[in-house]
Amino acid sequence: MSEKKTKRRDFLFTATYAVGAVGAAAVVWPMIDQMNPDASVKALASTEVDISSMDPGKTITVLWRGKPVFIRRRTQQEIAEAKAVNLKDLKHPEKDEDRAKNPEWLVMLGVCTHLGCVPLDQKGDYNGWFCPCHGSHYDISGRIRKGPAPTNMEIPEYKFVNTNTIKIG
Amino acid sequence: MSDHEYTPKSKFGKWFNDRLPLLTLASHLTDYPTPKNLNYWWTFGGILTFCLITQIVTGLVLAMHYIAHADMAFDSVEHIMRNVNYGWLIRYIHANGASMFFLAVYIHIFRSLFYGSYKSPREIIWIIGIIIYLLMMAAAFLGYVLPWGQMSFWGATVITNLFSAIPLVGEGIVTWLWGGYSVDNPTLTRFFTLHYLIPFLILGLVVLHIWALHVPGNNNPVGIDIKKPSKDTVPFHPYIVIKDGFALLMFMIVFAFFVFYTPNILGHADNYIEANPLVTPAHIVPEWYLLPFYAILRSVPDKLLGVVAMLSAILILAALPWLDTSKIRSAVFRPLYRQFYWILVADVLILGYVGAMPAEGLYLLVARVATAYYFLHFLVVLPILGYKEKTLPVPLSITEPVLGGSPNLALAKNKENFKD
Repeated sequence: MSEKKTKRRDFLFTATYAVGAVGAAAVVWPMIDQMNPDASVKALASTEVDISSMDPGKTITVLWRGKPVFIRRRTQQEIAEAKAVNLKDLKHPEKDEDRAKNPEWLVMLGVCTHLGCVPLDQKGDYNGWFCPCHGSHYDISGRIRKGPAPTNMEIPEYKFVNTNTIKIG
Repeated sequence: MSDHEYTPKSKFGKWFNDRLPLLTLASHLTDYPTPKNLNYWWTFGGILTFCLITQIVTGLVLAMHYIAHADMAFDSVEHIMRNVNYGWLIRYIHANGASMFFLAVYIHIFRSLFYGSYKSPREIIWIIGIIIYLLMMAAAFLGYVLPWGQMSFWGATVITNLFSAIPLVGEGIVTWLWGGYSVDNPTLTRFFTLHYLIPFLILGLVVLHIWALHVPGNNNPVGIDIKKPSKDTVPFHPYIVIKDGFALLMFMIVFAFFVFYTPNILGHADNYIEANPLVTPAHIVPEWYLLPFYAILRSVPDKLLGVVAMLSAILILAALPWLDTSKIRSAVFRPLYRQFYWILVADVLILGYVGAMPAEGLYLLVARVATAYYFLHFLVVLPILGYKEKTLPVPLSITEPVLGGSPNLALAKNKENFKD
């Protein structure tokens, strides 16, 4: 046992440091959080897209939250090709059924998962998309097949409002 | 540092200096003993100071006309180019000034590598220099985003996405950096603020860099410790001031050539197309001064490891004073190191070249070999070389080989005795 007793002064020091630390954190956090997306950015959360004029084999690009979304009406041949892929060959294994609820319509974020470029349509070694920035190849289901991207292109939340309209977000 | 007492001559000067010793500082700076054999590779410190001041002054003026808003930034830059009096000149000086700044800093860094200026007792000068270099890259990147052209937008997208490689928190950090779900107006306004801030941070670090330099004094081409002041030194003013001034004039000719004859040669035509978040340019390339690191990033086929490799390539420089185990500073007396030095220079140039080319086929292979060699140089060659290399005899003083004609140690010692 040490003879040193906790003095009134020690208590005051500790209490002061503790209050100071909490106070500093309370001031620093608003300074950090102000950089996060603000209310006006968050408000633009969903977009409705008219798809009535799209023929099979056509891709359109729409802007959602400042990012491009690819909507492709796939041909029967492309659907068959996407389904035929062996999951063992994939870097990020996902079934085509899980990516396109309605197999005719592929709706995905047109953002390369490597460093965020917009891949080019109908390019690359797998008949899907090709990112010109650092050479990632995606298949017709938007799955990464070759190149530095770590994962498949993301599927945003979306639903068919009616047969002619998709709501993203 | 020369510690001689300085007393101002005038009564007012003395009164002032007792209260704020600015005159003592000025006297230290003018009398500062400098090795008398400094060659022109040593003039780039002064040139870099000039570059920093140029960027700050032209940047200040540009900020008076530029509008940091996603809808107006691109047009405001064109407004500067077409309507503002001499706006074209000021913007071209600022844009090419960034390239000139990097040109000078690369020469400055490679001079240090050749003459071993990073070695004891100058490690802190070196590390402050690396921090300045990192801040320069940050400032250059942020500034490149401001015109809001296609390269601005996609460069910003690619570089900020580097942070998404961090496990778990990466995506959150990127959203935080953007202030949204993509690079957009909030990103532009904060980039403008930070671009304005960083040069002043650099200015502060430059003061520390020079302060730390003035403690041991300059290294020199022979790389030996010298007595200060002595017959091996000359006062900074007028000797070094004149030499630096002459070199600066030569540098300004090159600078002016770019500004007046080929102001866009170092930029990309794509940046004269306004930013479009739906279309990525077919070929995204950073500015030339970042190409070697870009090549390293692309040569690794894994996202996280690519980012780690790129950052390590820069940060490894900070560890250089401890990775280089040789006691001899100057490459003049290190015949093997001298060869590896030039291989490294070639390696970095090759990385820069393949960084500008598409990442495929032979270019990718070359980039991988060059990346591997880059790390090999610092992590394997330098540590081993310090133990294995047979170095040449080092002279005792700067004056000795000139007056005595022989760098031979025994002879030099004899002569030293003879003279005294």
